[in-house]
Amino acid sequence: MAEDLGFLMLLLSNGVLIGLMYSLIALGFVLVYKATDAVNFAQGEFVMIAGFIAVGTLTVLGLPLWLSVAAALIGMFAFGFALERVMLRKLIGRPVIAVVMATIGLAAILRGLGPFGIFQGTRTLPLPLSDEPFIIGPLFIPPIQLLGGIVSLVFLGGFGYFFLKSRKGVAMRAVADNQQVAMAMGINVERYFGLAWAMTGIVSALGGTLWGNMLGVDVNLALVGFKVFPVVILGGLDSIPGAIIGGLIVGLVENVAAGYVDPYVGGGTKDFAPYVLMIVALMIRPYGIFGKRIIERV
Amino acid sequence: MIHRECGVLKTTYEADMALYPLPIARYTIMALAVLFFGVIPLTLHEYYLSIANLVWIAVIGALGLNILVGYTGQVSIGHGAFMSVGAYTAANFATRLDAPWPVNLLAGGLMAALVGAVVGIPSLRIKGLYLAIATLAGQLIIEWTINHVTFISGGVQASIEVPRPQLGAMVLGTHRHMYYFLLVFVVLAIVGTLNLMRSRIGRAFIAIRDHDIAAEIIGINIFRYKLLAFAISSFYAGVTGVLYTYFLGIANYEQFQIGVSIDYLAMIIIGGLGSVLGSIFGAIFVTLLPIVIRYAMEAFGTVFFSQATVHNLIPALRLTLFGTLIIVFLVLEPEGLNRLWRNIRSYFRVWPFAY
Repeated sequence: MAEDLGFLMLLLSNGVLIGLMYSLIALGFVLVYKATDAVNFAQGEFVMIAGFIAVGTLTVLGLPLWLSVAAALIGMFAFGFALERVMLRKLIGRPVIAVVMATIGLAAILRGLGPFGIFQGTRTLPLPLSDEPFIIGPLFIPPIQLLGGIVSLVFLGGFGYFFLKSRKGVAMRAVADNQQVAMAMGINVERYFGLAWAMTGIVSALGGTLWGNMLGVDVNLALVGFKVFPVVILGGLDSIPGAIIGGLIVGLVENVAAGYVDPYVGGGTKDFAPYVLMIVALMIRPYGIFGKRIIERV
Repeated sequence: MIHRECGVLKTTYEADMALYPLPIARYTIMALAVLFFGVIPLTLHEYYLSIANLVWIAVIGALGLNILVGYTGQVSIGHGAFMSVGAYTAANFATRLDAPWPVNLLAGGLMAALVGAVVGIPSLRIKGLYLAIATLAGQLIIEWTINHVTFISGGVQASIEVPRPQLGAMVLGTHRHMYYFLLVFVVLAIVGTLNLMRSRIGRAFIAIRDHDIAAEIIGINIFRYKLLAFAISSFYAGVTGVLYTYFLGIANYEQFQIGVSIDYLAMIIIGGLGSVLGSIFGAIFVTLLPIVIRYAMEAFGTVFFSQATVHNLIPALRLTLFGTLIIVFLVLEPEGLNRLWRNIRSYFRVWPFAY
């Protein structure tokens, strides 16, 4: 019995930490949706590209680690900004499917460009962390997950503060709320659209570094993006606390489900359980736990 | 389709809605029939016919998806999964019950329609982005279920071998046989879609797409028609899946993963949303693109890369070009190839007299 409890505790602690790392990636999605009402189906590919930049500058250019992480951050910031200018600004006011398909197309491009890069195959992204997990009683915590959880919490808190208190954050909320009124108050709406995408780039760069260290950097890193949808639907598409709670729920559910169901069905529950949960959420509460209740019913 | 409509003045709704807008349209269709039923299959090599078969299968799937996305305005990222439902239903009917192909085809289509309608139920409450994500969830859940339930798929990563379809005593073994077999269904699908869109149901679909609240006010039962759109569209998808299974000879879940759903969405966006001709153009375009890329890379790729890299790059290049095309069409020509075709036609309508 004690062993069972230990196993459950292990699953739960893993779920919390992984969940926080999902929250970090989901945060990128939420930022864009909150400010621009656009959906980013290429969130996983953003993370992948960030990983590529970090690994590329680290191994090919031989930069020290902190510089390559900085390169990933700056590169993704510029990428987000440029992307909004070149592609997404042209799609403003078009139906949802246009934006959805455009970001799916973007995802295809980024995934296709991966192998064209400087290297092929999976590369590791070494961070100065030991591989030895911390063992606390029954818990078994890899340092990277702990770091990931902490970084996620710091940034989620940081963005929460940014939106609540800072001038730019308030302006961005105004843009999200009503673009015309924001314009009338002298806010440069288009610049804030660009800023939102650039902030998504930054979040993705962090996600790329952390997830890249954990999973290795290759095209499959983009699959992390599939976890974003259950997280944001559960938490609410436009809510930062929602991203945290959603991430935690998804992390816990998939770990517990994988721990108890996988032995019977032969694997894969991890990818399946969050979506079942999401369908239920869509049926009962489509705007999520913290989302705005503006969903149109027809 | 190809003829010029110079000086056509329509004075009745019947004339406007007619399948053949002009007497000459009959001859155009006849010429196309001769081309596709006679000239192409009798002159081309088996290999090219196998490519043509892939195109025909894609045409049926793209028509089905266009009914849902283009005409009814409901997004679906789950059509690959609906195809797999059709494919596995037919494969199980064929291997367990030894059922003949018409039974399998119908069973596959109907089962897919049922599953599609179930996945479409959330469309009652949610739309747009939420529906897109819900259908994406449908895709992943169906994929997982088929892969993990041994009764359906014969085990994880397994595939089911399906016997070739038979007409009387004749086994449709070659690509030339399959060409005729598939072309019959393509014709049925095209005529079916054209007629569906001329009917009460089709007009209800279009009304829901254009303004759902207004549609409800004029007395259209939105929920029923949305589910009907999902069911009809998934029926096409199921039939596509069954035909693809007969084409390959095996049912395998890898042929119907999320990438397939996106391919079909790309077809109707590149071809043109809400247009039968556009679905056909898009299906041809997206199916031929990787084949053309492969030829081009094999011919010219070695100039820039080594032989080994060329083979690695082909799928990557395909993905990149594919994504670029989707974005280019969305940004520059949202109505797709169909609109380009119409522009060309209207240029030549009064040509060479410019008035």
